[in-house]
Amino acid sequence: MVLLQAENIRAYYFVSQGKVKAVDGVNLFLEKGMTLGLAGESGCGKSTLVNTLFGFVKPPLHLVEGTITLDGQKISDMDRDTLKKSVWGVTVSLVPQSALNALMPTKKVLDFIKDVVLQHQALSDSDILSMARKRFEELNLDVEALYMHPHELSGGMKQRAVIATSTLLNPKLLIVDEPTSALDVSTQKQVLKMLMDLKKASIIQSMIFVTHDIAVLRQIADLIGVMYAGKLVELSSTDNVLYDPKHPYTTGLINAVVTPEPEVRRRGIVSIAGEPPNLLKPPSGCRFHPRCKFAMDICSREEPPLLEVGDNTLVACHLFSSKGR
Amino acid sequence: MLLEVNNLTKIFMVGLLRKKEIVAVKGVSLQVNPGEFISLVGESGSGKTTTAKMILKLIPPTSGEILFDGKDITKLKKHEELRDYWSKVHGIFQDPYASFNPLQRVDRVLYQAFELIGDKDIDRARAVREVLREVGLSPEEVLGKYPHELSGGQRQRFMVARCYLIKPKLILADEPVSMIDASTRKGVLQLFSNLRDEYKTSVIFITHDLGLAYYVSDEILIMYKGVIVERGSPEEIIEHAQSEYTKRLKADVPLLYRKWEGF
Repeated sequence: MVLLQAENIRAYYFVSQGKVKAVDGVNLFLEKGMTLGLAGESGCGKSTLVNTLFGFVKPPLHLVEGTITLDGQKISDMDRDTLKKSVWGVTVSLVPQSALNALMPTKKVLDFIKDVVLQHQALSDSDILSMARKRFEELNLDVEALYMHPHELSGGMKQRAVIATSTLLNPKLLIVDEPTSALDVSTQKQVLKMLMDLKKASIIQSMIFVTHDIAVLRQIADLIGVMYAGKLVELSSTDNVLYDPKHPYTTGLINAVVTPEPEVRRRGIVSIAGEPPNLLKPPSGCRFHPRCKFAMDICSREEPPLLEVGDNTLVACHLFSSKGR
Repeated sequence: MLLEVNNLTKIFMVGLLRKKEIVAVKGVSLQVNPGEFISLVGESGSGKTTTAKMILKLIPPTSGEILFDGKDITKLKKHEELRDYWSKVHGIFQDPYASFNPLQRVDRVLYQAFELIGDKDIDRARAVREVLREVGLSPEEVLGKYPHELSGGQRQRFMVARCYLIKPKLILADEPVSMIDASTRKGVLQLFSNLRDEYKTSVIFITHDLGLAYYVSDEILIMYKGVIVERGSPEEIIEHAQSEYTKRLKADVPLLYRKWEGF
């Protein structure tokens, strides 16, 4: 069953120099029970895409085109108040990149939780407390943390407390944006473990995990979507993406990964040459063509469509389109 | 031996009424030969940056000695001596943005370097363009820009271009690539290796990324709670780790072709 369906999403930033086409025609769907990893370099639009999917579209960002259907509700038509009251936290939760700073320095974690819960449900303090305690216990988090101020918590504990709070009302979809990029590897593993536990315990059903680190996605994602310059260029199962990447950009991302293991050592590490384009003026045709080793004439002229190339793999590249061959 | 650090310790005193001692670095010893690339790997709070700051002579050690070319640099006081030291030992930091003045064009960072070299006969404009090309930047594209107009990767390459001008004997690079995209990290680190190959520059690479250290170092030192708990060749550390901490660190690094148990 499809939980999230996004069609032809165009989300642009209107700035004085023009339109920054951060998300430009993305189609995406997510089945219930699946974890989708979104990968790509910084500035590729992955954060903008998840903010848009969540409904958090605030000027200068505008949803220029596209519809988002979440759990049968067309959330792209809803106004902010409706989203706040009946969608956010209940159907979908977003843990943004800056979430480590989401906690108020002067408030205890429990007060933060109360604020969040009271936006959606009129519960008594003691009900909220027992709910929070139960959930913290379920997720193997130290219940004492509820009574602490943010500065008393480690980075990893803060992140886990924020995630536990945003999933308190059992949202069907949890979106996390680079939740572990600022953390040490051992703390990262704890946060990832907790995200897995949330799904195993059916507290959440599906997850979208945004990161630039494909090795992290290997651990937790069922599917990987690769974004480049505002476009989804490849979408397939984690195994397909890792062992049989189709798009030259996906191959480039994987070849740049430096994990200490024999396969990587044998293969060597190759950085992708050049820089991602300025999205005020993206390149014509395929946006990756100026950096692509396999670029053909058609690549600078025509934009490759996202096509199914067998084995449930979608790829937008002329190497796989009829015109390219 | 280019650099020899013996029994280096740094204790910070905190608190106003009741003083508390925090031992940030405890009895660290290390040696760097000319042309050697060593990595100091540890998590945040392990003392690796404090060690680097002491070697760069940005903070004084509580005890221990730092011998550079045989001379104990902890005793340097005179301005000229310090300038001479800093023209031989150069630091590169995590956030290149912090090393720029946001109100001044990026060019200045390179022109300032000439003051360290003190070479007056050099054609400065030409030298600047040359080093920019060496680090993979196009002079036309970056010169005359302000720091915010460059990408993170470009800014860090720009800082590395300074090394190409100054040609120090030792570079201390503290998390130089952790703020730039994984897809371009190796390219920036390669610039240090190129310097090493060309001028026998030694590098101390400070990182939390065991994977990166594995691919670029001659020797890896693992630091934990202010102490070096293990040292060895990349193969020894990755394939035959001895200390419990290294083993744990290794187990926590996500791998591309192996899934963690229970995930």
